[in-house]
Amino acid sequence: MFASTTLTPLRDRLTRDPHVTRLAVILVLLLTFFMLVKTKNFFGIATWQSMAVQFPEFGLMALGVMLTMIIGGIDLSVVGVANMTAIGSATLMMAIAPTGADSPQGYLAVVAAIAFSLIVGAIAGAFNGFLIAKVKIPAILVTLGTFELFTGIAVIITGGKPASGLPAQYGEIMAQRVFGIVPMPLIIFILATVVIAVLMYKTAFGTKLYMLGSNETAARFSGLKTDNLIIRTYMTSGIYASAAGLVMLANYNSAKADYGSTYTLLAVLIVVLGGVNPNGGSGRLSGVILAVVVLQVLSSLLNTFPNISNFYRPLIWGGVLLLVIVVNQWTKKGRLSSLLGLKGNKK
Amino acid sequence: MAKLMRRLTKSNEFYLLLVIIAVSIVIQLRSGQFFTANNLVDLANAMVVPGIFAVGAFMVLVAGGIDVSFPALASLSVYATTRVLVDAGYTGGMWLPFVMVIVAGAILGAFNGLFTSRFAVPVLIITLGTASVFSGVMQGVFKSVQIPNLPEGMSEFGRSTLFVATNPVSGLTSNMPVAFLILVGVVAAAFVVMKYTIFGRGLYAIGGDESAAARAGFKVRKIKFWLFVVVGIIASLAGLVRTSMMDQMHPTNLLGMELMVIAAVVLGGASITGGTGTLTGTMLGTLLIVIVQNSMILVGIPTFWQGFALGVLILVGTGISAVQLTRSRKRAPALVQG
Repeated sequence: MFASTTLTPLRDRLTRDPHVTRLAVILVLLLTFFMLVKTKNFFGIATWQSMAVQFPEFGLMALGVMLTMIIGGIDLSVVGVANMTAIGSATLMMAIAPTGADSPQGYLAVVAAIAFSLIVGAIAGAFNGFLIAKVKIPAILVTLGTFELFTGIAVIITGGKPASGLPAQYGEIMAQRVFGIVPMPLIIFILATVVIAVLMYKTAFGTKLYMLGSNETAARFSGLKTDNLIIRTYMTSGIYASAAGLVMLANYNSAKADYGSTYTLLAVLIVVLGGVNPNGGSGRLSGVILAVVVLQVLSSLLNTFPNISNFYRPLIWGGVLLLVIVVNQWTKKGRLSSLLGLKGNKK
Repeated sequence: MAKLMRRLTKSNEFYLLLVIIAVSIVIQLRSGQFFTANNLVDLANAMVVPGIFAVGAFMVLVAGGIDVSFPALASLSVYATTRVLVDAGYTGGMWLPFVMVIVAGAILGAFNGLFTSRFAVPVLIITLGTASVFSGVMQGVFKSVQIPNLPEGMSEFGRSTLFVATNPVSGLTSNMPVAFLILVGVVAAAFVVMKYTIFGRGLYAIGGDESAAARAGFKVRKIKFWLFVVVGIIASLAGLVRTSMMDQMHPTNLLGMELMVIAAVVLGGASITGGTGTLTGTMLGTLLIVIVQNSMILVGIPTFWQGFALGVLILVGTGISAVQLTRSRKRAPALVQG
């Protein structure tokens, strides 16, 4: 009896969102496979540290894309925003602290660059939001266009060459291990996740996002300032993309207009994999975070097999995305749920 | 005459034509090189591949979706074809490569169609997935490398010209490729299909309102499936033409063209939400983008401004059509009452 009272809510929680359940199961299977096949890598701390340095790049982008997809839009410009802001802040840093500058000047440059990058990211995102909400261009086209635009600006600033020669202080801060083991990018990612969780589940803004995504007309008639809401959502996505740009800047120790070209697909893949409905209105943060982790573990696992070429990666990402689409549709029709003994929510 | 004028001034194509004329005159004034025989032939030459792609993208857009997989699809089907032919030491004519890419394109298109017709997920997201499957198959499974020597038939087709235009001042010559006829053929065929067949009218109907189209008796699923088969074929033809004209197979050469092509179609006035658009507009949109890209050098703007210019073009083009759409929606109730 004791067992049933404590277990039922847990089971309820686990089965409430089938995506989250499924992802959790997949993650456990993946980790078990990893542990059995590549035991040495699995128990080495370096494996996990290198993962924690990598995934915040696209993980942060995915968080932004998630918000835009919940309101029924999409943000394909995240990679453009990330590269543009990374190049902008790299240029700024090198202007404030040219090679040979002393360390206080270097730290000043770092602080200025981070602030600059986040502000430009917010402006770029707000620009997206403005075009979508006020000019009423579909989000897909706006962000395809601004992706070109932002990448174009990045190319113009650098003339197509990588921007490098950052002050050493930047690399120093970003390469720090908190408590000796936790890499800085992971800290940034966790911080960003907490902020977005509070936004989504503890503020009116979050509730309004879901309302807007389920039915824009109804949301407008209920008195929501939809235009304002859309602009703020894309602004948040822009800020997250610029944070991703800062992490990329640290990881490559340089910035270039065409870094991370596969991340657009990856971010969309993560969000759809995490159970966010591309038509808006539903999806949970926990699903998206799990999806980020699943993909990073899968990617690191692939890395440990030297005979699998890197070129297979797009094939695997694309295949996973298509598989998720198929499985999601089946769940909706109740085929998979009935298979797993869950309650099917037939449309 | 007045009626014709009124119709003209209402159409998006008319304004696009005015913009093209204005841009041409500006470039002519700044460089004095625009209205020369060889520059015009160069433009026609540069329009072949994006033009053929644009026809396919246009058809998908009319049906209410955005396809971003066609460059990857074309690369894969042309790479497979070239690889097989080169390995087999094929020396025959151009007909076999054509047949092979059409078959390969149809199969890959069917793969797209299978997903897009059955799953209620935006075409953009599905084709993002299939595009990366296609390029993954090409680069991973086929271990694609540059193929410098094409079969003789393909090289010959790529070199063959309709006529040669010479600039009387500078003495520069430009060749009008035979491949231009393929663009003309594809456009003509698409025109007939879109205007006079149930399939074509079905695409407009689906793009306008999918459930209304189904109620009206269109077989929505079937039409969507065959749409992607057709688009796969069209895209593969464009890929074959590009490869033949470059006289080498460069696997990743086409990738990344999707944005420019979609921009061209949208500039041409095809509504992004589906249901409207004309081939004339699509071709004019492509022409405008090709002019802008080709003429930056003539006017003396560094080429790295290209991405920026393309982004601005997309946003301005879609912005104008979005504003028009909002206005016409606002006017609609008044019309009903009046």
